[in-house]
Amino acid sequence: MSTITWITARGLFGRRRFLLLLPLPLVLLGLAVLCRSLGVDPGEWGPPVLVGLGLAVVLPVVALIVGTGVLGAEIDDGTVVHILTKPLPRWQIVLPKLAVAAGVSAATVALPLYVAGVLAESVRLGLALAVAAALGALAYSALFLALSLVTRRPVLLGLVYVLIWEGLLGNFVSGTKVLSIQQYVIALADRLAPTGLLETSVSVPVASVMTALVSVGFTVLAIDRLRSFSVAGETS
Amino acid sequence: MSTLSLTGVSRWYGNVVAVNDISMALGPGVTGLLGPNGAGKTTLLHMMAGFLAPSRGTVTLDDDPTWRNPDVYRRLGLVSEREAVQGFLTAYEFVLASAKLHRLPDPAAAARRAIDLVELESAQDRRIGTYSKGMRQRARVAAALVHDPQVLLLDEPFNGMDPRQRLHMMQLLHTLGDAGRTILFSSHILEEVEQVSGTVQVMVAGRLAASGDFRTIRRLMTNRPHVFAVRSTDDRALAVALIAEVSVSGVELDPTGLTVRAGDYGAFTRALPRIALSKGIRVRQLVPSDESLESVFSYLVEA
Repeated sequence: MSTITWITARGLFGRRRFLLLLPLPLVLLGLAVLCRSLGVDPGEWGPPVLVGLGLAVVLPVVALIVGTGVLGAEIDDGTVVHILTKPLPRWQIVLPKLAVAAGVSAATVALPLYVAGVLAESVRLGLALAVAAALGALAYSALFLALSLVTRRPVLLGLVYVLIWEGLLGNFVSGTKVLSIQQYVIALADRLAPTGLLETSVSVPVASVMTALVSVGFTVLAIDRLRSFSVAGETS
Repeated sequence: MSTLSLTGVSRWYGNVVAVNDISMALGPGVTGLLGPNGAGKTTLLHMMAGFLAPSRGTVTLDDDPTWRNPDVYRRLGLVSEREAVQGFLTAYEFVLASAKLHRLPDPAAAARRAIDLVELESAQDRRIGTYSKGMRQRARVAAALVHDPQVLLLDEPFNGMDPRQRLHMMQLLHTLGDAGRTILFSSHILEEVEQVSGTVQVMVAGRLAASGDFRTIRRLMTNRPHVFAVRSTDDRALAVALIAEVSVSGVELDPTGLTVRAGDYGAFTRALPRIALSKGIRVRQLVPSDESLESVFSYLVEA
C-alpha cells in the first residue's frame, strides 16, 4: 500500500466525520428489510427505496462526504503541504486518493444496495445495482475530488449539483439528465439486470461513455489543478 | 551547494501588491527574512517554495523554476507557518511517511536521523496531537529535513518556542548553515534574529528595505534616535539637567511628563540614573515609546 493511500485512509477513518457515512446506508438497508418482512409489493417499494433513496441520495451523498474529504480536508487544515513538498508527480497523489475515495464509497453503498436488490427482486438485480453503484462511485468521486481543488466550498457546490441539478432539475428539464451521473448509474444497472423497477432515461452507450468521460476528465482536471496548487496568502 | 535566486519578483492579489519587485540570491549559510506582520514574508516564502506563482519575475533553484516543478523538492525543504500536522500520527510515523514519500533508500534510518537532529527521540512514539507547540514545530522540522535538503525554508520557526527550544533551533540552523546548506527563516521579532550571524533581508510593505550583514543593520537600528517617556518627582529640573547631556537631542515638557529624544540608546540609559541621582530627583517612569517593530522598520526604510 502506498504511503499516500495509507495517510489518506488514516485521515479519513481517523476523523469523526467518517461516522456520517453510516446512517444513510443503514436506513436504506432497514427500509428494504422492513418492506420485505411486511410483505409489501416490490413494485411499490422498489423504485422509491432503490432509486429514490439508494441511487439518488445515499450514493451521491456518501461519495460527496468521502470525495471532498480525501484531499479537501487536508487542504482545509493545511496538512496537504506535507504531501506536496515531495518530489512526486502530482498524478501519484491524485490517483491513490481517488482510489481510496471510490473504494470506500463503493463499499459503503454497494453492499446495502446489493442486499436491497436481492430483497426486491433477485440476486442478479442486487449484483447489477452493486456494480453500477461502484462505477457511479468512481465518477462521483472524481467529480468531487476535482471540486475540492477548484473551489474552497466543495461540499456546498457538490450538494447543489446533487440536490438541484440531479434531484430537482432532472424532474422538469429532461435534457439535464444527459449530464447526471445518477441517470448513468440507473441505465447501467438496468442494462446488467433488465427490470421494471428501474426507469431509464439515457441510453446505455451514452451512460457508459459519459461515466468514463466524467471519471477520466475530472481526474485529469484534478491532477492539473494540484500541479498549480497555491497556498492562499494568509495575512498573519 | 544550492542557490535560490529571485529576479524582479512581484506578487499581487487584485489591487493589493503583497510583494513588490524583489531580487535576491540566497547562498549557503543562514539568512533571516525580517519584517513586520503583513510585510509579505509568507507570500515571498510561498513563491520560493513553489506554492505560489509570481505575478511577475522568476524564482529559480539552481536555474530550475520552483513553480509547477515538484522535482525541486528533492533539494528543498519547507516548514510552513501553519501548525498543520496529522495529529493522529506519532512523530516517528510522521517523519517516516515523509521519508517514504521522498523514496529514500532507507526511510527508517533517515527518519531516526532526522528525529535525532531535532532531539525528539524520547517523544517519538507519542501521537503528535499530544505535543506542545514547540515539539510539534520540531517534528515538522524533522519531516522537512528527512531528505537532507540543500535548501531549507522556515516560516516563523520560533513561534511558540520557549527560550531553550529557540536556542536549540538556532544552533540547529547554524549547524546546517555551516555544513553548506542554504537556510532561510522568517521572523517578525528582532530579538530572535539577534543570535544569528550572517545576513538578513528586511522586508517592509512588500519591498526589500535592507539587505546585508546583520551587524551593520543592527547598528543602524540601534543608532536611530530613540524616544522615551519619563516621569519624575521634578520634571522641569530633570529636563534642565538632561539637555546638557550629549546623548540627548531634545526634551519636551508637558503636564504628563517629559518626552526625551536620545541619539544613542546605550549612552542615554546609562546617563539618566547618574543625572537623577546627582540632582536628587526620583525617576518614576522610563518608557521607550517607539520600540514597536513597525517604527524600527519604518526608520530603516527612511534611512
